[in-house]
Amino acid sequence: MIIERMRLFASLLDNLVLTPQRNVKLRLLVDYFRATPDPARGYALAVLTGALDIPGVKPAMLRDLVRERVDAELFAYSYDFVGDFAETVSLIWPAEGDTDHPPDLAELVESLLRASRSDGPRIVERWLDALDTTERWALIKLVTGGLRVGVSARLAKQALAQLGGREIADIEEVWHGVEPPYTDLFAWLEGRADQPRSARAAPFRPVMLSQPIAEDDFARITPDTYAAEWKWDGIRVQAVRDGDVVRLYSRTGDDISRAFPDLVDGLDIEGALDGELLVGRPTDDGFVAGSFGDLQQRLNRKTVSRKLMASHPAFLRAYDCLIAGTEDVRAMPWEARRRRLETLVDDSRSGRIDLSPVLAYGSVDELRALRVDPPDPLIEGLMLKRRDSVYEAGRPKGPWFKWKRDPHLVDAVLMYAQRGHGKRSSFYSDYTFGVWRDAGDGDELVPVGKAYFGFTDEELAEIDRFVRNHTVNRFGPVREVVHTPTEGLVLEVAFEALNRSTRHKSGVAMRFPRISRLRWDKPPAEADRLETLVKLIRA
Amino acid sequence: MAGRRAYLASMQPADLLQPSAAGLYAPQGGFHIDPTRAVDVALVTHGHADHARPGHGTVVATAETLKIMEVRYGAGFAGATQVAEPGATLRFGSVSVTFAPAGHVLGSAQILVEADGTRIVASGDYKRLPDPTCAPFVPIPCDVFITEATFGLPVFHHADPADEIAKLLASLARSSERAHMVGAYSLGKAQRVIRLLRDAGYDAPIYIHGALEKLCALYEELGVALGPLSPATVAKGAKGDFAGAVVIAPPGALQDRWARRFPDPVICHASGWMRIRQRAKQSGVELPLILSDHADWDELTRTIRDVGAKEVWVTHGREEALVRWCELNGIRAKPLHLVGYEDEPE
Repeated sequence: MIIERMRLFASLLDNLVLTPQRNVKLRLLVDYFRATPDPARGYALAVLTGALDIPGVKPAMLRDLVRERVDAELFAYSYDFVGDFAETVSLIWPAEGDTDHPPDLAELVESLLRASRSDGPRIVERWLDALDTTERWALIKLVTGGLRVGVSARLAKQALAQLGGREIADIEEVWHGVEPPYTDLFAWLEGRADQPRSARAAPFRPVMLSQPIAEDDFARITPDTYAAEWKWDGIRVQAVRDGDVVRLYSRTGDDISRAFPDLVDGLDIEGALDGELLVGRPTDDGFVAGSFGDLQQRLNRKTVSRKLMASHPAFLRAYDCLIAGTEDVRAMPWEARRRRLETLVDDSRSGRIDLSPVLAYGSVDELRALRVDPPDPLIEGLMLKRRDSVYEAGRPKGPWFKWKRDPHLVDAVLMYAQRGHGKRSSFYSDYTFGVWRDAGDGDELVPVGKAYFGFTDEELAEIDRFVRNHTVNRFGPVREVVHTPTEGLVLEVAFEALNRSTRHKSGVAMRFPRISRLRWDKPPAEADRLETLVKLIRA
Repeated sequence: MAGRRAYLASMQPADLLQPSAAGLYAPQGGFHIDPTRAVDVALVTHGHADHARPGHGTVVATAETLKIMEVRYGAGFAGATQVAEPGATLRFGSVSVTFAPAGHVLGSAQILVEADGTRIVASGDYKRLPDPTCAPFVPIPCDVFITEATFGLPVFHHADPADEIAKLLASLARSSERAHMVGAYSLGKAQRVIRLLRDAGYDAPIYIHGALEKLCALYEELGVALGPLSPATVAKGAKGDFAGAVVIAPPGALQDRWARRFPDPVICHASGWMRIRQRAKQSGVELPLILSDHADWDELTRTIRDVGAKEVWVTHGREEALVRWCELNGIRAKPLHLVGYEDEPE
């Protein structure tokens, strides 16, 4: 029986694109999963989470298909204007759509999965002729991935959790053991079957996160109850060895093994370790941790060259273990896990794994002193872990605290403001700010960052009023506001760190900038200078 | 005489009508079409502000367009006015001029300019889809067709207006606790949206932004019934008043402080640009209504075929793509690079 499910899927994607509210997106997803039968919903889930790979059709083949039907120049003008390949093709494809035979989503996906590289494009072509514009768009998104509908894999998992009345951690626990079209997963969520057993080797297990420490938490911090560690500014990873299978996961469960083959090779101990991935500098006796800039060299890469691996080797600074050998130790107290971890790391011979040290302290005041003067620029604060805490997925309140270093503060001048989105669409809520530098013939402001949070609703209204009354130029949704030495608005901006950047005119890039205070009292001429900022750049 | 006749017979269309700093100019007739700065004699295709500007010596336009200009600019918007009846031919020197409906907004016209057997149609802005608020476009056979290209890319296909209004009504039924704020250009689009809502059976009062009041009243006066309209004003703290209501405002107002007075509004925008999802998303539109007063790609290309022009001049919009299409179809075409005309507002 052919059912019109491709149409439902297309309208789901269409609605998701235009819905700004996260809760409404969730409702759309849950409703879809509830209303759509297997295996179609499973393929839809795979598309949404980026888990569907159709080897028989690649984007270049789609480009060839379009070239057969549409003048290349007209396509180029159109693509230029629209900016999204799937949307351009869906709109420019010269066919009306044969609405008498809407395809079944599952049938369509299965035929594509079976297709060879020569059949694949022909199947797509046939469907492009048969479908309407929105369905064509959905089909191309399905084939090429890269949805741009504002749904993260995490949001999709959240929807699954809602569907089954579970916690998202439960979904993440099984996620890496299930595959499209996920019939076993849905059966479990709907109470028709047991939890899917992870058939996959070296699965991901949801991680434990910390809460920021608050003033009234300090009373509980004593050396007997809480252990202290440095908080490293690397990438939180879970490193798993299960027999011959080794995988490296991000904290959200993405498999990032391929970007760090050097570390994967070095994971020579059985179990699942929790720790920080850092990039080192090779020295005569092993590695020393490099800077955040070194780490950046290895980020956001799908693959990595030998040369880069030699100059910027990755290693793991471990601080916990979930599985020791083959034993699940998550229900043990932190102290017991720590002992297991120390034994495990001691067995490693690769030189790629070391231990994050436990810090000795006598009082909160001693911790305070450690925190303000850490021995390594890669340390962004302290972690405090209750000695009896079990390894619990999610962000429980109490067992783990993070105590970050105070942010840097800088006084900058508001230069440009842009309207926000959703509820803020009538407010100028995104601010570009600058600091002074010597321009040869006097001082000029150079933009150093952009912030869109940190202020209260009242402050937002005040800044909005200021922007509207002091606009000197408009560029679409952006307004340039007055920013001279005597006239303008000074913003106190808080940020975590400053990196060198070649993409910004100022040569610096802020991490997590936010507005901490409005300095109506301060004349712009007294705002900070670029030289002050440059001194904060981390080695 | 013979010499003069020979000269006229070899007359090039560009001698009859040519781009100038103020817009299209007919030297033999001494008039401009839709001039962007003040001139002696201005032939105006329709009342949108970028085409109809105040301060000319004489304005020649349809009776409706003259009324629209009067509402917008006041009684003294030109030194003198002359009504152009659609279908009636007027003489300017050796040039004859005939206005014909363009289907764009109330009173909108194309202008046929003729001299010695050469026929040029300046179409102003136009569309081919039916519009209950104005007379439909009439294709006029000509040698040169001057066209806009606002939506001159093969990705632009406007939707059936009734379907778009059905989308709006469905959303109103679904989210009856939220005001639906429809961004619509204050001349033409706004009245068309209202009329389409009425045709779809929506008879509740429709709330309008102050900028629409006079033009809506004029449409009524000229025979376009719009049903009950109320000003979209609200006393402080009475946000609930607009729950489930349709509010129509110029697109700019939706992003302005004005919009804050309504309860968690569904931002809708009636425009041809809404065909492009990422555009709608970027401008914070939750319910895009693909509704335009300009021709889409299919209408543009169909019209060029319908009028049988040997040559096409493209005034404003995405002219390069339309010129390319003409090339591919063996029709001479060139962009005029006229400045001062706006895209449909985003």
